[in-house]
Order: sequence, then structure tokens, then C-alpha cells
Amino acid sequence: MQAWLSENTLLLGLAALDGLSYAATVFMVAVGLNLVFGVLRILNVAHGSLFAIGGYVAASLGLFITSRGLPAWLSLPALLLAAVLTGALLGPVIERLLLRRVEKQEPVLQLLVTFALFMILEDLQKLLWGVQPVVSDAPVRLLGTVDVPFGADVIPFTAYQLFVVPGVALLTLLGLVWFLRRTLAGRMIVAVTEDREAARAMGIDAARVTLLTFSAGAALAALGGALASPTASLVPGVGAQTIVLSFAVVATAGLGRVEGAAVTALLIGLGRAFAVYFEPELEVVIPYIIMVAVLLIRPQGLFGVPETRRI
Amino acid sequence: MTSGDPGPILGAAVGKPGPVTRRETLAAAVAGGLLLSGRHVQAQPSRPAEIKVGIATYLSGPASVFGVPGRQAAEMLFDEINEAGGIGGVRVRPIFVDEGPGVDHFVGEYRRLVQSEGVHIVFAAISSGDCLACTPLADEMKRPTLLWDCGTQRIFEENRFEYSFRTQANATPEVLSALLYLLRAKPDFRSIAVVNQDYAWGRDSWEIFRTAMQALKPGVRVSAELFPRFGATDYSTEITRLLALRPDVVLSTSWGGDLDAFIRQSSDRRLFERSTFVLPLAESSLERVGRALPAGHIIGARGDHWFLHPGPKDPALLKRFTDNFRRRFSSYPIYPCHHMAQAVFAMKAGYEKAMAAKGGGWPTDAELAAAFRGLEFPSLTASVRIREDGQGLENQIIGTTHHADQYPFAVMTDMVVFPAELVTTPVGMKSADWLKTLKPEIIQRVPQPVAYQP
Repeated sequence: MQAWLSENTLLLGLAALDGLSYAATVFMVAVGLNLVFGVLRILNVAHGSLFAIGGYVAASLGLFITSRGLPAWLSLPALLLAAVLTGALLGPVIERLLLRRVEKQEPVLQLLVTFALFMILEDLQKLLWGVQPVVSDAPVRLLGTVDVPFGADVIPFTAYQLFVVPGVALLTLLGLVWFLRRTLAGRMIVAVTEDREAARAMGIDAARVTLLTFSAGAALAALGGALASPTASLVPGVGAQTIVLSFAVVATAGLGRVEGAAVTALLIGLGRAFAVYFEPELEVVIPYIIMVAVLLIRPQGLFGVPETRRI
Repeated sequence: MTSGDPGPILGAAVGKPGPVTRRETLAAAVAGGLLLSGRHVQAQPSRPAEIKVGIATYLSGPASVFGVPGRQAAEMLFDEINEAGGIGGVRVRPIFVDEGPGVDHFVGEYRRLVQSEGVHIVFAAISSGDCLACTPLADEMKRPTLLWDCGTQRIFEENRFEYSFRTQANATPEVLSALLYLLRAKPDFRSIAVVNQDYAWGRDSWEIFRTAMQALKPGVRVSAELFPRFGATDYSTEITRLLALRPDVVLSTSWGGDLDAFIRQSSDRRLFERSTFVLPLAESSLERVGRALPAGHIIGARGDHWFLHPGPKDPALLKRFTDNFRRRFSSYPIYPCHHMAQAVFAMKAGYEKAMAAKGGGWPTDAELAAAFRGLEFPSLTASVRIREDGQGLENQIIGTTHHADQYPFAVMTDMVVFPAELVTTPVGMKSADWLKTLKPEIIQRVPQPVAYQP
């Protein structure tokens, strides 16, 4: 084992860097889904579409900046702008017009409604951006590469992948934890998450909290898409693939747990990277193997709390 | 009738001895007439008001990057045929169905096209799974079906069908020609890594490549076999692995957004500087990835498709198609557009052959199907012949990327057009067996490359 470790230490280091970057993207999507579920208790299938639309809007802004000859650094704040625009425009509309109406309905109906929304948003993407892959890699090219030593060799990583994506994910995590624990608005969200009826009895406007939370969740998904857009090609169907992985993260973490989403995303990111290095056939299934293993031992998820069933 | 021989039909209709009444004679005449007219319709179908063509293509999902250009090409060519008076004076009308929802849905759509829409011919499909599902169905429903884009070599190697024909090549020549080009261009490579999408095409194409490579250049080390998830957007881990392994060659038969992302991310991290890439489907990504794909790497086009083809049989035809497509859809036609054109040209040639065989009469479904066997029809760059097993014989173009001032994306240089007979599995053999029989001498039969001409 020791010989194997020393032989593969460098490879493990490279895999960890890759895993970190991948985990950051996964976290950005899953945390939004987790937050929304915590407050609304609705598993939003259309969350993946918000990821895709955030990516498309960011790529469109990036292409606009490039085509107009504007400074390339503008493509970085454009990523954030894309997320805010998507969250602010789509979040309230979806929550007010659809989710609020099925808030008290059976979970299966809620799922069907969000699935219908997902289908509508998929068509909307095709209508607006067509079916050809869309990409704007200005942020990646702007920041260039960083050579990571690998024995006598060097391995080039993009600075965007190494610093920007994990950095934004870390800031998001810290910001969310601070917001939820240290601010009045955050505590109101936590109160609604814990017990909606008691929160309302204490004078919290649960409807408003729900609206804000959903919009924030939508913006987080869009930010995940925006962060992925400089390297990924956006094509029809990208939202569906994202949502499946996000569900795996959320189920493993425990529904409604922000820190849990971060730890689980890291587990899945590292697991996938190690699989590519040491057992490539497992790459695709590793997130689900982790999910099944965790749920067998802790059915409520890694960070979930067992709930007493109300009768 | 009464003065002459009543004939067997009339006699049979009466069915009893003795004198025949006027009423019985009338009834028998009407029945016989109806019967005769029915037989006449069956034997001599009337010219339809329009030829309805069911076309299965991807209008949703990741493969719509091929499906939609294919549909666009069909719309353009159908318009051109109708403007020129149709086929045998009959207009053609496409009815598109989406392959996106999957094989089960497609099977239902195929039945609907035939039974409800009454299509005269079907073009199916992009997905190999859809083609495998519909070929027995075509025989069952006796509806001529042209396999316009799917790649699996299994269809005509494992079965014989009466109503299905492929108007293009299959995976074996597409992958083998890329390997032969590599062996000719970089004969000294010693290691290879593969990064293919994790689904049937990704696995099957690697199996074809590896089997042929073991026959033609045994001893090549396979550094890594990576099969990322279909639709993956992040290849950073695979790229890091390849950067560390430094294989001489990186093979990827990926396509669409997956290939675009892989090319861009590899370019950003300078992987192209360490390994020679072999990308048999990259022609369809060139315009999108622009200069991110550097010069000096091997690319293909799933057939003999290239808007700057070094020796098209009818240069005016290729130019007209390319210009019209660009004018109408603002992009260069990629290989599915060529494949669709081949299906349209095959349909036209098939109807004309079948009509000629009947002295201008309209063919039955069976007669039309029979006309496709052995049919030779023009493609945009050469011609395609449908063999006796139903498989199309199509040349393959492979080239090396080159940056020219006239184009903001890589174009091909050192182009080799592989003759179909050289790279296609012979009739009656299975690809897996035939590839094992290949000898290195085949490389000497590869035609000379042709350089890019500005």
C-alpha cells in the first residue's frame, strides 16, 4: 500500500485538483436545489433548466462583449450578471405563477408541474439559442494557464479552472452560511425551513421568504451554468444531465442541508477524478455508488436529521 | 358478354347450373368488375397526388446538432425537387418525426407514419438503435426505408432485409479509414489513448479501431481507455490524465457539444502540443470551434463529405449545394446534410429506375424497394452504389487540419479519399472477422494525399 501510495502520490495530487474543480461546479447547482427544497419542500426538476439558461445567458453576454471589441475582463462580471438576471427574471415568475399554486398539493403533482416547466424551458432554449453548441471562452483565455509541477514534467491547468470556479464556490458557501446564520433574512429562511407554521405564527411572511429563497436558488443554479459556460458547450439537454447529478448530491447530503451539499459535492468530485485515474470504467457511476452507499447507512443522508412523522 | 365466353369469373360468380337470370348476370358483372378493378389497382398503382416522405431525425436533445442541419438540407432539397417538377411529375412532401424521445417512441412514430400518414417511403434515422428497430418493421409493413445516417455496421451484416437500404457507409469504413490515414501519416506512433462518449457508438467505434490496429500494427500500447458520460461538459480530469501520460496519439470519435468541449479544453491546456489527435467526426465541429483546433491533427467526415473536396465528380453540384445552404441557413453544410442529400438523391434515382422498369408506370412498394438494390446514384462529391446486401458503398475522406487565411476555422489539407471498396467489409462477412484479416500491405494501397488549394 505504501509503495502504491508513494508511486501514485503525484497522480493523487493531480486528481485532487481536478476533483476540486468539478466539485465546485456540482456544488453550485446542488446547493440551490437544496435551498429551494428546504423552504418549499418541492423537488424542482426545472432546476437543471435554470443552470442551462444561466449558461446560455452568460455565453451570449460573453459573445456580445467579444463581438463588440469590449475589454475581455468584462466577461468575468458578465458571468455574475447572467446569474442575477436569470434568477431575478425567472425566479419570481416561476414561484408566483406555478409553484405557489401547487404548494399544498400532493408531491407527485408538484413533480409533474416542475417537469412540465422543465420541458417548456427546454423548448424555450431551443427557440432562443438554437440547437448548435454555444460557447464563449473569453474568461478562460483571459486568465491563461498555470503550470503545475509533475515530477520532471509540468501539467498546464487553466487558471479559471484552478482558481475562479473553486473560489466562487467557496465564497458562495461561506456567504450562504453567514447569510443564513447571521442575518435576519437568513434566520427567517431557516425558521421557515424548520417549521413553516410556527414561523408564520411568529409573524414571518412565509410567502415572501419563499419567493426570495426560490429566486436565490434559481440564481445559484444560473451561476453554476454561467461558471461552466466558458469551458462547456451548451447544447439542448445539458439541463437534464445536470439535474440528475444534482439530485444525487442532494439525496446524499440530506435534503435542505447547505454544508452537506458542499461536502457531498467534494466527495463526488474527488471520487470521480480518482476513478478516471485508477478505474475509468467507474467514472460515470461513481456519484451513484457513493449515493447508494451513504443512503444504505444513513437513509436521511449524510447531514440530514431524522424527522418524526406527523400523524 | 352473353354472346361470348362468360369467362371463369362470371361462371364462378353464378355458381349453379341452369339458365342465368338477368339479375344474376348483372350482379356477377358488377362483382367481377369490382374484382378486376381491385386487381388492377394492386398491379398498377395510380400516380399519387404527392410522395409523402417520413423523415426521422433528432429535433431535440444533444444529437439535434446533426438532426436539425439534416432537416434543413431535406427542406432545401425537397423545395428544389418540387421547383423542378417533382419526381415523375409528382411533388414530394417531407413529414418529420423527432428521434429525441428514444427508440420505443420512434417505433410508434414509424407505425404512425406508415399507417396514419400513409408515407410512401421513410428516411430513418440518425440513431443506430432506431435503425436496428425499424429495419424489421420496414419488412413487416413492406415500406421502402432508406437508412440515411445511422452508423452501426451490424444491420446488414447480421440480417437480410427486403425493404431497407443504407444510402451511405457505416462505422467500419469510417473508423478504418482514419486508422489507415494515421498509419500512413504517423507510422511510428507507439502509444494511443482513447476518449470516447460512453454509449454504443463510443464503445463500438473503439472496438473497430482497436481490432484493426492490432491487425495492422500490433504492439501499440493503449495508454488509457476513457469513456466519459455522454453529454459531459467537463473533460478536465481526462485531459490532466492525458497530459501526464503523454500518449503519441489521442483518438476520439466523440461528436457535437461533447467534442467541441473536449477540443476547446484540450486547446486551452496545450494537449494538442503533446499528442496527435485523431478525430473522425471533427468535420462537423470545425466551424464552431474555430482556431481552437490547431493545425496538424487528423480529422474525418463520416464519408466523402467536404465543402472543399479535392476532386468532386460534379464541382458545380457541390458548389451550388454549399452556396444555397449557406445562403439559407448561414452555416456550412456538415456531414448530416450530405447524408440527407444522398438519401434524397437515392429516392429520386430509385423512383426513376422503378418507373423506367415499368415503362413509365408508377411502381408498387415492392417494385420501388427492388429498384434500390444495386442502385447507383450521385452524391454531392462522387457516387454511391447500394450493394446486394443493402449496404451503400461510399468513399471516405480523411485529412489533416490546416489554418488558411480564408477561413476562421481549420480546413483539411493532405486529403485522402479512400475508395469504398478498400475500406468496406465485403458482403457476407462480419466487420469483426474481416478486420482481423487485414494485412499491413493495405496501407500501400492508400491513395496519395492531396494538399489544400486556396
